[in-house]
Amino acid sequence: MACPDVEPQAQSLDPVFAAAAAPSPVSPGPASPDGPPPDPSPPDARVVLTDADIARALRRIAHEVLERTKSLDTVVVLGIPTRGSSLARRLVAVIEEVEGVSVPVGVLDVTMYRDDLRHQPTRHVEPSQIPATGVEDKTVILVDDVLYSGRTVRAALDALADYGRPRAVQLAVLVDRGHRQLPIRADYVGKNLPTSTAEKVQVRLTEHDGLDVVRITGGLPR
Amino acid sequence: MTARLLVRGASILGGGRADLLVEDGVVTQVGSVSSGDGVEVLDADGLVALPGFVDLHTHLREPGREDAETVASGSAAAAAGGYAAVLAMANTSPVTDTAEAAERVLDLGRACGLVDVQPVGAVSKGLAGEELAELGLMARSRASVRVFSDDGKCVQDARLMRRALEYVRAFGGVVSQHSQDTRLADGNACCHEGEISGRYGLPGWPSVAEEVVVARDVMLARHTGSRVHVAHVSTPGAVEVIRWAKAQGIAVTAEVTPHHLALTTDLVSGYDPVYKVNPPLRPEEFTLVLREALADGTIDAVATDHAPHALNDKQHAFVDAAFGMLGLETAFAVVHNLMVATGQMSMERLAEVMSVAPARIAGLSKRHGRPIAVGEPATFALVDPSARWTVDREASASLSRNNPWHGRSYAGRVVATLLRGRVTARDGVVVSAGE
Amino acid sequence: MTRRHLLSAADLTRADAEEILTTAASMHDIQHREVKKLPTLRGRTVINLFFEDSTRTRTSFELAGKWMSADTINISAKGSSASKGESLRDTVLTVDAMSVDAFIIRHSASGACHQVAGWVDASVINAGDGTHEHPTQALLDAYTMQQRIGSLEGRHIAIVGDLTHSRVFRSNLILLRTLGARLTVVAPPTLLPSGIGAWSARDGFTVSSDLDAVLSGDDVPDAVMMLRVQKERMSGGYFPTAREYAVGYGMTAARYRALSAANPDVAILHPGPMNRGLEISPEAADSPHSVILDQVSAGVAVRMAVLYHLLAADTTEVAV
Repeated sequence: MACPDVEPQAQSLDPVFAAAAAPSPVSPGPASPDGPPPDPSPPDARVVLTDADIARALRRIAHEVLERTKSLDTVVVLGIPTRGSSLARRLVAVIEEVEGVSVPVGVLDVTMYRDDLRHQPTRHVEPSQIPATGVEDKTVILVDDVLYSGRTVRAALDALADYGRPRAVQLAVLVDRGHRQLPIRADYVGKNLPTSTAEKVQVRLTEHDGLDVVRITGGLPR
Repeated sequence: MTARLLVRGASILGGGRADLLVEDGVVTQVGSVSSGDGVEVLDADGLVALPGFVDLHTHLREPGREDAETVASGSAAAAAGGYAAVLAMANTSPVTDTAEAAERVLDLGRACGLVDVQPVGAVSKGLAGEELAELGLMARSRASVRVFSDDGKCVQDARLMRRALEYVRAFGGVVSQHSQDTRLADGNACCHEGEISGRYGLPGWPSVAEEVVVARDVMLARHTGSRVHVAHVSTPGAVEVIRWAKAQGIAVTAEVTPHHLALTTDLVSGYDPVYKVNPPLRPEEFTLVLREALADGTIDAVATDHAPHALNDKQHAFVDAAFGMLGLETAFAVVHNLMVATGQMSMERLAEVMSVAPARIAGLSKRHGRPIAVGEPATFALVDPSARWTVDREASASLSRNNPWHGRSYAGRVVATLLRGRVTARDGVVVSAGE
Repeated sequence: MTRRHLLSAADLTRADAEEILTTAASMHDIQHREVKKLPTLRGRTVINLFFEDSTRTRTSFELAGKWMSADTINISAKGSSASKGESLRDTVLTVDAMSVDAFIIRHSASGACHQVAGWVDASVINAGDGTHEHPTQALLDAYTMQQRIGSLEGRHIAIVGDLTHSRVFRSNLILLRTLGARLTVVAPPTLLPSGIGAWSARDGFTVSSDLDAVLSGDDVPDAVMMLRVQKERMSGGYFPTAREYAVGYGMTAARYRALSAANPDVAILHPGPMNRGLEISPEAADSPHSVILDQVSAGVAVRMAVLYHLLAADTTEVAV
């Protein structure tokens, strides 16, 4: 297949206009007040990160950011929807907890910049929220849940360029599962996870799914 | 040599099953007839013999629009549909508004010989609605024109209508009026004014545009003592006026088309110009009133308003497309299915409204709409009331394809048509003279 | 194979409409950036086929296409139709033969876009067909109202003016009801569409010819949309004079003051171009309650959202 960038967080919808009615898309967003239904764990799922592991990974990334960045004044953190946005907010919260500094955080929707739009049902578009400081001359840290082919990050770099010219762009991901199709690497990685392309990496976060967990499903049993 | 044809085993209306021997175009025996040498046999087992149909309202398009229909192709469609005579409307190019034009149409029809093509003369010169056409010369011509109509246009001017009615009385003529007040139906109007036109933003025209003209014309008929014929009645209000006028003894007759009996205005919601017709398709409750009026005799006749159009005149936006739809080949099936098969009307009444009454209105009663009996012309439609078939617009003998009946299924089909002893069509296919 | 078209507001489910409005919000942000270009529709060809002049709508669609990197071409087909003998079908098939992805069609005849959708391979977007519909106008009106008064669920919206000849009215009626709004439509009896009694009973909206009654009382509208009245309607005998129309059905200064006092949060809309002094007074048009300029501003964003939803995914390759 030409474009295997099927990352698990991809939200899609399929309005059918003049054609037959289609089931309405599930709108993304925070969990309902009653709590979302318990996430059914597929029978062949293997947990690779627990909630504690996720928290630890974020904490480590926060420390690495602090070590590598001379001044937090120029840092802007941008999450890539859907789950990257939540991870970005968590990361900024940890930094503030550790350092007492409030780092600008926002959302960068990359849908309109993707190169695989033609091959999938129409994707949901999230509004981008760029902090008032802008990105010009800033160190932008992009945050996503899974790094796979690299195509999402490529789209994010293009999207970012249309908002201005950052001094530097860094990438933080919760999971790097390999199989890159573009010359892209992450600066901060929560966990390197060797996978086969037949497997799927499921990231579940409380804000969306009611629990924190990373699982692998599918593929051959080991 | 005498041409002899034996129609074997047909049901004769009111007379049971019988054989019909036809010699030189005339019925010579009715009953049990044995076939002899040199007698061609037409097996009519299970078929009903009706007098050949007469269409008061056909557009043959020749001269002028031979790409849409010719006298030959229209005659073929008529024969296939069980018709023995058609009245060819005057709105050709040039208009049939002179004796010469009328004779030309008559001669074109005779040359084909499939149906009697009887020209309708224009009421006004060039259908312009201003001056009378040469009504008397057309009446005296070889075509013996008796029906006059500006069809496609309405004679708006009450004074002109009055004069036309008075004038044709001298030779027993009748004015067939396309009743439509052009001030109430504006230039863009393309469908029935009602909920559908409101929702779909199509300019419509109201029922009353037809009704005010029908009301005016019956009063003019009373005043002049002349005959007026209401073409393609489509509204309950018009039916009401006609019913009242007949009760007063006013000489008014009326026709209704198969499409106004069967099709409804909601069909235009798909914007397919095949459903664009004048008068427009009306709501279902209108069709119910029209069916009842046809059954009870308020409406005298079924007429097709067969209106062929070249594809390129229909492939425009709905408001820009031409008005009209085909009807000759499907009229019997539609009327039989809707009125006879449902029990609302007898087969005798169908023969009345499709043959006897139109022949009478058009002044053709000597040759058409005759009883099936010894000494009468062998002009029949042999129909199979139980045959189910599906209309295929590609199978039409017409040159045009603006066929709203395409894909619809009916019980009742014309199996053969005879014109003065000659089989003109079998199973929807024309039999040319040499066969 | 499923082709996506936007021919009528009725083609949109509530979920579809809400999704487009959400996307429009993202696109609206982009409109305020220095770099307005998105690569989304690179390689797609969009034809603005306008059989009727409309600088505003055409420009809006053109910008929407260009900002999404589609190759956008304007064809003014005015007068090329029936008048010249070429059928509508021939006109569109000629262009369709060049492998275009979408037609944006404006035509003076109701239903023209439906007919075209049946003939061409491309997607068709209705940019106004006769007196039938103008669905993207309704989307931008809904978007503008949502921005001003919030969710339309249960809200009372009045549409006032020449309903008979208004495609804006027809699309808004459908879309706003899809989005949960309650509608009252107001016009002099001569400008109420035929059959509106049965229509309103079937679909559930209110019809009135008394504007003052609609704008006062217990259920003052949350938004009032004034439709353009064409002066040539006077010659058609629909109403006697401009003065009489303004007094009976215009948003006069006095009416505006009473309305904004009765509902301080009311939004006043007009699809433009306005006849100031006829259907709307300058006091109302230029008031803080007026969202007329917001409507114009939303036009490009909403049309970008529509183009995205119709064209971004290649429906020929996706099982729907």
